[in-house]
Amino acid sequence: MTASSSNLQSKLSRGEFVITAEVCPPKGCDTALFLQQSRALSGLVDAINVTDNQGANMRISPVAAACLLLREGVEPLLQLTCRDRNRLALQSELLGAAALGITNILALSGDHICFGDHKEAKAVFDLDSVQLLEAIQCLESGFDLSGKSLDGPPRFFTGAAAAPEAEPFELTLFKLRKKACAGARFFQTQAIFHPDRLERFSNAIHPLGVKLITGIILLKSAGMARFINKNIPGLRVPDELIVELENATNPAETGVEIACRLARAVKPYSHGVHIMAMGREEAIPEIVRAII
Amino acid sequence: MIISQQKPLEAILSTLGESRSVFIVGCAKCATVCKAGGEEEVWQMQEALIASGREVTGSIIIDEACHMLRVSRDLRGKQQMVDDADALLVMACGAGIQSVSAAVKKKTVAALDSMFLGNIRRFGQFEQKCSLCGECILSDTAGICPVTACPKGLLNGPCGGMDGGRCETDPEAECAWAQIYAKMTESGNCSTLTETVPPKNYAKIPKPGKLNLPK
Repeated sequence: MTASSSNLQSKLSRGEFVITAEVCPPKGCDTALFLQQSRALSGLVDAINVTDNQGANMRISPVAAACLLLREGVEPLLQLTCRDRNRLALQSELLGAAALGITNILALSGDHICFGDHKEAKAVFDLDSVQLLEAIQCLESGFDLSGKSLDGPPRFFTGAAAAPEAEPFELTLFKLRKKACAGARFFQTQAIFHPDRLERFSNAIHPLGVKLITGIILLKSAGMARFINKNIPGLRVPDELIVELENATNPAETGVEIACRLARAVKPYSHGVHIMAMGREEAIPEIVRAII
Repeated sequence: MIISQQKPLEAILSTLGESRSVFIVGCAKCATVCKAGGEEEVWQMQEALIASGREVTGSIIIDEACHMLRVSRDLRGKQQMVDDADALLVMACGAGIQSVSAAVKKKTVAALDSMFLGNIRRFGQFEQKCSLCGECILSDTAGICPVTACPKGLLNGPCGGMDGGRCETDPEAECAWAQIYAKMTESGNCSTLTETVPPKNYAKIPKPGKLNLPK
């Protein structure tokens, strides 16, 4: 076994607490802002999630964006969804990513086409996230899904998504067990709002031996929270937080306070946190300071 | 049954274009049940075409427009009316439309959009339950098809957008996997939920589909 080029993997395996954040690749070829935001974060986080046509909105290829981060010395975590690619495209994308030096992969099904800006497009879903994880294992073992051998198998540090607050909880566990069996080494979760539910989740997945990176979202205002509840799948900001933001004299500041509070509360159950700053990346250092 | 819906009249008239005389073909089976191409709809279409200044040379409701030989034969029975028409307007599913287009050399205009293979909930309410995927897994999914009922067709459980057992694409809709899970829990057997389902084999249903029964 060769040493992994993933700092994320090394830190998690040493039992160190990790921090990831996400930056949305540009819609267009001007990568200046994307790189500027990523550089600003690079010293603070262990890896930066590069989203894949997030929310089914068309953007620059996440493999290209992740490669640009690598060139800057920033460690990317490449998100790869099954929504826009069939099994050939997924495998060739993965081989390409590996050849470019990308190691961290988050294997996702992907938000439905109806949320995005190309609602008339054909959704693919040739594989689902569990089958994608199996495909990754297969490539790592030196073969493609058709059983043909590869010239130089890739090596990845692969994770999957989890929604710890979703119900029915038992049903979600069935799928998470499959993901762990299929080679997921970490779960990066949806934004958490109820630390007690995360505790239940953390206990439930403990036997799987998968690292838990807990999602923290940075809310800006009550309006944004309502927008999220309406438009972002799998996210449900509780009413009491919306009220707290509504009554705040400076909602943006209160949003940071909430994020810091949640991050501190989930830390005991997590191996790391994943900060979704929703365009306010400049607030990430404050949240990071609250948990280290 | 094949669920179909009539195209907007303006679109039909625009496709007919310069065709001044029209022969109308309906279907007595699915399109009739969908109220898209039965006797009543053919009559209304006739009125609308006349109102648009066109001549209707005749019409026919074919019993199963997907039956190619029957369509050929029935149209021959109306040969003169068909010959007098500039175009045939077909109020049947895409299969029926092509039985007609294969039988005549005239311009064939589609009046309906074919939507899905549907179950009838009650009169006028149709639901897609089966996607005709060629590889039925219903025995392993408590008799509920995730290929169809899940908007993503996920085979190994719910996506991250499911919450409260509802689907991310429609808060009114129950998640396919939540339905499957509920039914399995009810029967006390969730064993198939633990097994990873491999990717579907799309080679099983080559396009275009074809089946010849042994003689």
